[in-house]
Amino acid sequence: MTYIKPKFRHPSLPKNDLGYTKTVYEGSLSTLCAGCGHDSISAAIVQSCYELALEPHRIAKLSGIGCSSKTPAYFLSQSHGFNSVHGRMPSVATGASLANKDLIYFGVSGDGDTASIGMGQFVHVVRRNLNMVYVVMNNGCYGLTKGQDSATADEGSKSKAGSVNLFNAIDLPSLALELGASFVAQSFSGDKAQLIPLIKAAIKHPGFALINVISPCVTFNNNPGSTKAYDYVREHLDATSTVDFIPLQEEISVAYEAGSTKNIELHDGSSLQLNKLATNWNPEDRMSAMTAMQQAKLDGEILTGLIFIEPETTDLHAMIKTSDTPLNTMDESQLCPGSQALEALNEEFR
Amino acid sequence: MEPTQTKDPEYYHKVVDCQYACPAHTPVPEYIRLIAAGKYTEAYMVNWESNVFPGILGRTCDRPCEPACRRGRVEEEPVAICRLKRVAADHKSDVTDLMPIIPSEKNGKRIALIGGGPASLTVARDLAPLGYSIDLYDNQNKAGGMMRSQIPSFRLPDSVLDEEVGYVLNMGIETHFNTYVNSLKEITDKKYDAVFIGTGAPKGKDLSDLPGRKEASANVHIGIEWLASVAFEHTNKIGKKVIVLGGGNTAMDCCRTSRRLGGDQVKVVVRSPFSEMRASEWEKEDALHEDIPIIDCHVPQSFVVENGKLMGMNFDKVHAVYDDNGKRKLVSTNEAPVFIEADDVLIAIGQENTFPWIERDLGLAFDEYGMPVVDKNTFQSTNEKIFFGGDAALGPKNVITAVAQGHQAAISIDLFCNQQSLTERPSPYVNLVSQKMGIHEWSYDSDVVTDNRYIVPQVNKEIALKDRKVEVELGFDGLHGYKEAKRCLNCDVQTVFTENKCIECDACVDICPTACISFTFNEDDENTLRNKLQVPALNLSQDLLISAPLPTQRVMVKDEDVCLHCGLCAERCPTSAWDMQKFFYTTSKAGNQCQ
Ligand SMILES: Cc1cc2nc3c(=O)[nH]c(=O)nc-3n(C[C@H](O)[C@H](O)[C@H](O)COP(=O)(O)OP(=O)(O)OC[C@H]3O[C@@H](n4cnc5c(N)ncnc54)[C@H](O)[C@@H]3O)c2cc1C
Ligand SMILES: Cc1ncc(C[n+]2csc(CCOP(=O)(O)OP(=O)(O)O)c2C)c(N)n1
Ligand code: SF4
Ligand code: SF4
Ligand code: SF4
Ligand SMILES: [Mg+2]
Repeated sequence: MTYIKPKFRHPSLPKNDLGYTKTVYEGSLSTLCAGCGHDSISAAIVQSCYELALEPHRIAKLSGIGCSSKTPAYFLSQSHGFNSVHGRMPSVATGASLANKDLIYFGVSGDGDTASIGMGQFVHVVRRNLNMVYVVMNNGCYGLTKGQDSATADEGSKSKAGSVNLFNAIDLPSLALELGASFVAQSFSGDKAQLIPLIKAAIKHPGFALINVISPCVTFNNNPGSTKAYDYVREHLDATSTVDFIPLQEEISVAYEAGSTKNIELHDGSSLQLNKLATNWNPEDRMSAMTAMQQAKLDGEILTGLIFIEPETTDLHAMIKTSDTPLNTMDESQLCPGSQALEALNEEFR
Repeated sequence: MEPTQTKDPEYYHKVVDCQYACPAHTPVPEYIRLIAAGKYTEAYMVNWESNVFPGILGRTCDRPCEPACRRGRVEEEPVAICRLKRVAADHKSDVTDLMPIIPSEKNGKRIALIGGGPASLTVARDLAPLGYSIDLYDNQNKAGGMMRSQIPSFRLPDSVLDEEVGYVLNMGIETHFNTYVNSLKEITDKKYDAVFIGTGAPKGKDLSDLPGRKEASANVHIGIEWLASVAFEHTNKIGKKVIVLGGGNTAMDCCRTSRRLGGDQVKVVVRSPFSEMRASEWEKEDALHEDIPIIDCHVPQSFVVENGKLMGMNFDKVHAVYDDNGKRKLVSTNEAPVFIEADDVLIAIGQENTFPWIERDLGLAFDEYGMPVVDKNTFQSTNEKIFFGGDAALGPKNVITAVAQGHQAAISIDLFCNQQSLTERPSPYVNLVSQKMGIHEWSYDSDVVTDNRYIVPQVNKEIALKDRKVEVELGFDGLHGYKEAKRCLNCDVQTVFTENKCIECDACVDICPTACISFTFNEDDENTLRNKLQVPALNLSQDLLISAPLPTQRVMVKDEDVCLHCGLCAERCPTSAWDMQKFFYTTSKAGNQCQ
């Protein structure tokens, strides 16, 4: 019995601007079920970080509990990581970000981890606009505990055992829009062409960025009648537009007819090129984004792509005016200036 | 592009790089796995079926398989395929009982073989078990041809040669040694049903026009004649200072033999630049290791003779210039001639065919170069009863080519004797079987080790140089044979894709360590498709496996180039759309056709 990933890689693997091949961004060999959508998302994360030429040690991966939350073991082996308690990833992310605002915070969660046990945490991290990427690997079930319906399972969706879900689904992108999220996207694990540019834009976004990725659980929720199965999702996909991530200083190459194209400049000068735009939708208008989501739901479609973006946004650190210097680089005298400084401060309020 | 036709056995055959490159298509990974499993006898017999001389070839083969080996594209060095063959031969048990049974009742057909080299012996090996009566004629006192007369004992001990030649001769072959055939007509008059000519390329080229050649003749020898006379113990010494002219493997054998017969300042002098010499890398290494300098870019000018005694040779120094087509010209540097001292000179600048013993009125056509006109597939000459093979057929090559041609000629002779068409060649035997045993379990060892190529240990140089019969290479022991065998990537365990099972989940794409697999929209033009894969498929000698369109209208494209055959794609595929299946391929032998 052998289940070891060989050390050899393609001898002519391309290198990014840091001189690294994709190998540098890989993780250990996945132990998820063969064909699990989560593995494709991990691969998209690897590809995105490679293409953005991020330094692995500048990234912190955070997760809760679930098959989805296990995936940080399968990408970015050379980055920081914290596998927290079920549903508590947002708190850990918030704490870490407060201590060191300079890292890229990459959160991975599941629909159970987010929409059930972690719901309270999720809504607050959205409204606080913590500067992080928050990927939900959404399979409509609790994969790790053998496939019970989760809170994102659609009403009427059939489980592998044949029971029909009676409850209304929580729609995480709509909820995030309602809570004032500054970046909301939805995608499908089987569509890397769309997912990768979205992940790259989310990393570049200077506030909270949610990507809800439909990610079929092949073992417990890929049966006929399930609305999160590969076949069902492929048949019901409807994209807001195609998405291209254009790095800083790179020419936009593909030309589309006027009116069907939109270019969104991101905070750092890179941009998102959206083509074949859906009608009646403006990604920079929250109302139109919410309407588009509701309309898709009525039409029984899964709207993917960028849903909403507020490129210039005020994140938690800006809101509460934290110091520019990350706390973890300050010494004790700066962090704890002593009783005299406290006295002086109190004096101001007298 | 159209979906790949994997039903054509040549597609998967080509994926097994080593086997495909082997002229006899030896099932290399099959025997390497047997070696790893310690089944040396079985490994030997897999070889023996294909190449007749595993022990000999495991020491001397030109190894066209190794430059082709996939491992050489993934890391620095290919698998030591050749020396593993020797491991099987060295460690096997008695194989006499495994040899084909020779029918006591003959089939009434009589065949003459002229020449007793590997080509003729292969024909004998293939036809004797079918009941043919076989007469073998050779001018030497033992069979083996140039394997005996040319390949020195320090590379190929007599015992190994005798054993493997013996397996063939013991099939009831009627041998006529010390019999130089000086008239083909005398043979054809004996009313054989077919005659096979495997007389090799026995004539060494000379430098007859070089000034001083005649005067120096007592100390100037033709390389292959000299090696033969050493092998048959007519010559047992040479002068202290020796010049060997030539840059091929014969030159390497001449210089190394000279070192063993008293030459202590032996130099190889070659016209071409070092990197372009015809000798194999390993032969050059072995010569250098025995303190033999190789002086390149020196063109022989004259033999220097004083008072009737050879003093040495003058050379013109040259450098190589290349025209726009890459054609090389050696241009004199116009320096003064370089004099190199010598007591003896060996000329090893090539071999030629010569057929003075074949009458020209037997219906056997010869071309403008004096070579018999021979069909490259059937090896039949323009006289339907006369067949050629080995160096005699298409010019000097090597043992494994002689064997491969011998097999083909044997098929032709058998077809001919059965009044069947020679152009309808029997198809290869192929088999494709899943290796899946369970989760994470395959019936082959899919683990890919990172070990570098192991070096074959050699006998101490001082001992080796004292006696030309001491074999230099000691061969791998069991442990190192095992370790080297483990480096093989099992290229015959094919990645078989069944498109109607694929759900396009990308699991295979994500897991593949060497980025072989892409799902993409098809293209009409192969180059466009090759360039849009995950990693562009730029090695055009390696094929693409292209599926029929999938539900998303994309196709699966796998670049075979650096696939490690690790099985992870199949392991990660939830629907078994990928499977690892062992492809067994052997070329047909005489007697395999429908009759
Ligand atoms: C110095 C040297 C080293 C070599 N080393 C290698 C090596 O390491 N590996 C390798 O693969 N190849 C090597 N070769 C090449 C290899 O030996 C030949 O390609 C191979 O032996 C050809 O086999 P064959 O059956 O065609 O003929 P040969 O082996 O040449 O056998 C022909 C036989 O026919 C006999 N014969 C010829 N004419 C007549 C006649 N009229 N009547 C009767 N008998 C006749 C000859 O005496 C000889 O015994 C080497 C060649 C040389 C010269
Ligand atoms: C506090 C706590 N409650 C319950 C569990 C049991 N549990 C483990 S994973 C899981 C659900 C995971 O679902 P999801 O986040 O959708 O991940 P998936 O496996 O589907 O990717 C639950 C309920 C737990 N580990 N901890
Ligand atoms: S149980 Fe489902 S979610 Fe978990 S690894 Fe298996 S397929 Fe993926
Ligand atoms: S790795 Fe093994 S099977 Fe593949 S080409 Fe090399 S020797 Fe042959
Ligand atoms: S066997 Fe499959 S996973 Fe392994 S290298 Fe080949 S294509 Fe890739
Ligand atoms: Mg889930």
